Order: sequence, then C-alpha cells, then structure tokens
Amino acid sequence: MRKYILTRVGQIIITLLIFQVLMFLLLNQMPGDVTNRMFSNPKIPPEVRERTRVALGLDDPPLVQFGRWMRNFYTGDLGISFSEYPRPVTEILIERIPRTLVLFMAATIVQFVVGFHAGRVLAWQRGGVYEYGTTITGVVLFTIFTPWFGLIMLFIFAVQLGWLPLGSFITPELWSDIQLPGLAENFSKANYIFNRLIVSATIALVLWVALLLATRRLSAYQRRRFLALGTLIVIAGLVAYWILTGFSPLATDIIRHMALPVLVLTLVGFGGTMLTMRTTMLDTLREDYIQTARAKGLPENVVRDRHAARNALLPVFTGLIIGLPFVISGGIITERIFSWPGMGTTLLTATLAEDIPLVMGTFSFIGVLALLAHLVADITYAFLDPRIRYG
Amino acid sequence: MSTVTYPPGGAVVAPHEPTWRVRWRLTRKALRESWAMFRENPVGLVGLGIIVFYAILGALHPILMRTIWDEATYDPVTGFDRNIITHPSPPSWIQDEEIIIVDPGLQQWWTHLLGTDPLGRDILSQLMYSTSSEFGLGIGAALVTVFIATTTGAIAAYYGGIADTIIMRLADVLLMLPFIPILIVLSALFDFQLIHLAIVLGILSGLGGTNITIKAQALTLKVKAYVDAARVAGGSDWHIIFVHLVPNLLPLAFLYMMINVTNAIFSEAVLSFFGLLNIRISWGIMISTTQAAGYLLTGWEYWYLMFPAGLSISLLCSAFYLVGRALDEVINPRLRKR
Repeated sequence: MRKYILTRVGQIIITLLIFQVLMFLLLNQMPGDVTNRMFSNPKIPPEVRERTRVALGLDDPPLVQFGRWMRNFYTGDLGISFSEYPRPVTEILIERIPRTLVLFMAATIVQFVVGFHAGRVLAWQRGGVYEYGTTITGVVLFTIFTPWFGLIMLFIFAVQLGWLPLGSFITPELWSDIQLPGLAENFSKANYIFNRLIVSATIALVLWVALLLATRRLSAYQRRRFLALGTLIVIAGLVAYWILTGFSPLATDIIRHMALPVLVLTLVGFGGTMLTMRTTMLDTLREDYIQTARAKGLPENVVRDRHAARNALLPVFTGLIIGLPFVISGGIITERIFSWPGMGTTLLTATLAEDIPLVMGTFSFIGVLALLAHLVADITYAFLDPRIRYG
Repeated sequence: MSTVTYPPGGAVVAPHEPTWRVRWRLTRKALRESWAMFRENPVGLVGLGIIVFYAILGALHPILMRTIWDEATYDPVTGFDRNIITHPSPPSWIQDEEIIIVDPGLQQWWTHLLGTDPLGRDILSQLMYSTSSEFGLGIGAALVTVFIATTTGAIAAYYGGIADTIIMRLADVLLMLPFIPILIVLSALFDFQLIHLAIVLGILSGLGGTNITIKAQALTLKVKAYVDAARVAGGSDWHIIFVHLVPNLLPLAFLYMMINVTNAIFSEAVLSFFGLLNIRISWGIMISTTQAAGYLLTGWEYWYLMFPAGLSISLLCSAFYLVGRALDEVINPRLRKR
C-alpha cells in the first residue's frame, strides 16, 4: 500500500507542476501586462513605463520569469491585489480558505453518507412508484441548473418561509454590540468565531469517529445503545461549550448562514451518488455470495448491509473521486448565489474587477484543493480496497 | 471435366453492387436495429422528445421573425413593446388589472405567450432565439471533443509507449481539474465568445476523460483480425488508425457526445449567468437579467421571469443526459436486456 500511496503522491506533484506551467503560460499569453494598468494615465511618458517594466523584470526571458514566479509561489508571495489594494493576495486567501473548505467538506461528506445509505435502501425497493420517484428525483438533482436551483431554494427558504437568512456570512446587527478582545471589525470577529467553530466541530467529529471505532466489536444491540448515548454526549458537550463561552448567538448566526449553501451543494451531489449506489447495488445483488447469504438464512437487512453494501461501496467511492472537480465547480456557483465570501465568490469578483493577481492566487488555490482532495480520496480508497491494502 | 467460367474482369466473385452501396445498406441495417433497441427504453424517448421540441422551437424563431413578429417589438435583445407601459408584464392570456395597456385592441391572448421581461422584451422570443445557439454550442463542443478524443485515444492505443504515456498522463491532469474555474479565468484573461467556449470545452473534455474510455475500446479493436489483415496487406499506421480504428470507435464516441452536450450547455449557462461571455442573449443571461432587476426573490407572481429560462436549461441538459443513458444501453453490451 505504501508503494501505491507514494506513486500517487508523485503523480500529484507532477500534476501540480504541469498545472503551474499551464497557469504561467496563460498569464504570459494574456494581452498586455501589469504596467498597462499602472500607467493608464496618458500624461505619464512611455520611458517611465519601459523603466518600470525592466525594474519589475517583465523584459526577462520567460524561463527566468517562470523560475521567479515559482519561487514566489512557494514562499507564499502571490503579489498584491488590485481591487483590495494594498492587501497582499496571500492574506486575502488565508482569510477565505477556511470558509470554502468547510462548505466543500461538509457537502462532500454529507452527500456521500446520505447518498450511500439512500441508494442502499432504494435498491431493495424494486418497481412501483417508489423506484420511479427516486430515479426521477436523482436525475433531476443531477442535471438541474445549479444557479437556478440555488435561487429557488433561496426563494423558498429565505423569502417565502423566512427561516434562513438571504445569504452572505453574518448578520452585522448581531455582531456590532458584542466586544471581543483585540478585534474591532465585524468580519475579524466573525473569522475568530468561525475558526473556533471549526476547531470545536472537528474535535467533536474526531470523538464521534473514535466512538464508532471503539464500539466495533460489540454486539449490534449493545452497539446501537452505546452509539446513541455517545452521540448524545458529544452533541451535548458541543452545545454546552458554546453556551458557556457566551458566543452561542454568534455561532448560530454563522451556522444559519451556512445551512442553505451546504444544503444546495449537498443536494446537487447527492443525486449522482444515490443513482450510482443504486445501480451498483443492483449489480451486486446478482452475485452468488448474496444468494449464499440468503440461503444460509441470514436476515434481509444483514444481507443488504454486510454483504451487498460493502461490496458496492468501492465503485461509488470511485464515482465520488471522479466527481470531486464537479463539486468544486458547484461550490463556486453556490458561493456566488449565496454571497458566501469564500474562494468562489472571490474568484468571480476578482475576475469581473480584472484583478489578475487575486484571480491567479484563487485559481491556484482551487487547483491545489482539487489535487489534494484527489489525493486524500485516493488514500482512503487504498484503505477501503483490500486488493490495494494487501497488494 | 467442367471448366470454370470466369466473369468478365477476372475476379472470382463479381460484386454485383458497388462497395459504397453495400456499406450504406449495412449502415442502414445497423441503425434500424439500434433504433429498435433504443425505442424500447421510455427514458430515452422522453429525452429525445424534449430535444426535438427545443429543436423545433429554435428553428421556428427565424420563421416567426420573418412573418408575424415585427422586429421592433420582438427582437430578443433590442425589442420593446410600446403598447404596454408596465414592464415586466405577465403572459397576455392572463388577465391582470395592474398592467396598463395603451391600446387594448392590439393586445391579443397570443401577443406575449410568456410575458415580457423587465426591459420590455418578449420572453418567448428570447427563449427561442437562445435555443439555436445552445444547440450550436453543444453540438460544436461535442464534435470537437469527439474528434480529439477518438484521434488521441486511437493513437494512444495503437502506438502505446511514449505517445500513450503522454496522452494518458495529460488526461489524468485534466480529469482532476474543475472546469468552471478554468473557464472563469480564461474568460477573465481573454475575450470569450461562443465559438471559443465550444473549442476550449472540446479540448478540455476531449483530452481529459473522454479519450481514456475511447482508448480502452480502441485497445480491444487493435487486436482484431481485420487490423492484422490491414497491416499484412501493407496498410500504413495512419491508414489503420483512421480507416479501421476510428470508424469503429464512433458509436462509443457518439455516446460521449451526448454527455458533452450536457456539459457544454451547463457551462455556457453558468458563465453567461455570471456575465462573463460576450454574447447577445442566452438562457443564462435571461436568469441573470431577472436577478439583476430584482424580480427573482419577490414572489410567485413573477413566475414567468423565473421559470422559462431555468427550466429550459435543466430540461435540455437532462434530455441529453437521458438520451446518453439510453444509448449506453444500446451500445454497451453489458447493459443490454437481451
């Protein structure tokens, strides 16, 4: 397995290099350069512009420029944003990356888990209204125009029902009165709370997974009891922590703003996962070992969960890996619809403002995210597939 | 002893009909059989029905513009109905007291079947005008994809070695990258029109993803006896690739065309919704206009602004997807029912 993972890491590094070469070529092919923008005033003599070009190194051969660009990239220097002058691009990215990561990971994990279980159950319900209904729902979710879907959800949940806010990251009125040490602006307060939210949620998740692993050897009945109790304790602990800190209204505010984007992104990915799971389950059910399991007299749900679903998991996981770029694309669209100030919104506003340094910074982050997500998914796949684990 | 009589020309078996006619007959037979299989699948027929419906809509627009629709009122971009003072107005077959009409005699039930948008333009006309460019884009992108994918896939399978490695590694790279951000960056750096979008989408999906499947199919064709026969007969590499491999890859390529049309229409709609494409009007721009004018989140009474364009994109995308799935069952022997 180590060999497999090392090969994949090597491939990802080569891919990253190719990606960066492509990106540099794109940047180089762009008509004009940064000095066009700096010296758009006609009163500035052309010599000044020439001198600046030499000083900025834009006259050097492309290979030298590429070397310098790579060095700057890996030392974290991505230039200074035009539209949010004089903030460095790296600073803007560090502020917004967690928001996108949370959206992306929450949606991916939820859609995979829910799609897996729904598909597993649905494969059992052959024929009738049930099957047609779910297949149609799956196809609709899979092919619906994402921005339109997002707007409809916004219309239903935020306008008609009024349950959730109309987008963005925080409700400013709530935040202005609350004092946090050393943080003056609403958005820096929001970042602080958001980061604490991420850390506490991650700890809770790790505890829950540990519980899941610890109860593996217990009998089904005992396990269910332990799991229910443990889940309750973890959730109660999380809630108690936030109430004790006194920031629970702020945390709830962020969560309320997060709910709709996560829901939309989840639903868009969910259709595909569910359909794949259902088809794979139907294929698996024809295998001999399923018939053997039934012939042994095992209950139907054991045949389904232990014998069929486990073997159907791998193709679905492959589907998830192939679908990762689509989830990232969908994330950008969703962020834009809900004005969620993450990387997608940044990419779009920077594009419309022709803020090239910020565009390139955001784009390279999205590329790196796609590659890293792929790597993580590949490693998980290696753990799941015994042929790779022992091969 | 009987003597063997040779037909004039010296060949033992005289072809009674020219080769092209034999080929044509075989093609027609194959098409008829595929159609019979395709017809059994209701899902594919629904998809085909939607595609035909939109194709008719798109084809009708220039005819209507020449005959009963005058350009000042019905042009999808510059048209404006002066007879109605309050825009947007609901479909003209709905009675609405709030709409102020200059001359009620001119307003018939069929004047604006889907109403007018906030700028006073006829929504049905916009919808129909955009249809043909959606089809053009989708089919253009799909053709570029299929051309690149079959060529590179066949070359990778036939030559193997370095060519194979380069093509497949490049495919791995492109497969991992999300399209929408790439297109957003490209449209930021360059002036983007539909034709550019079609070519870029075709290259992206032709070199990444589609050609992997095509190559797998080409590998099974490469070891067939007729390829060996062609080689023994002295056929060059290019002859074998383009005369023997590529035509046999086309059914599979056709299946991928359908999926690529879905992708192309979706990408175009997203980009024009974000205002990044340099085109006159499209379904994405229609949604974008409605949202920019602030009518999208005001209530169900503006359904005619909210639904036609969004529903059309979703329907056409799902139609091509459904046809692709149904074709998959025809082409892919593993999924065949009989």
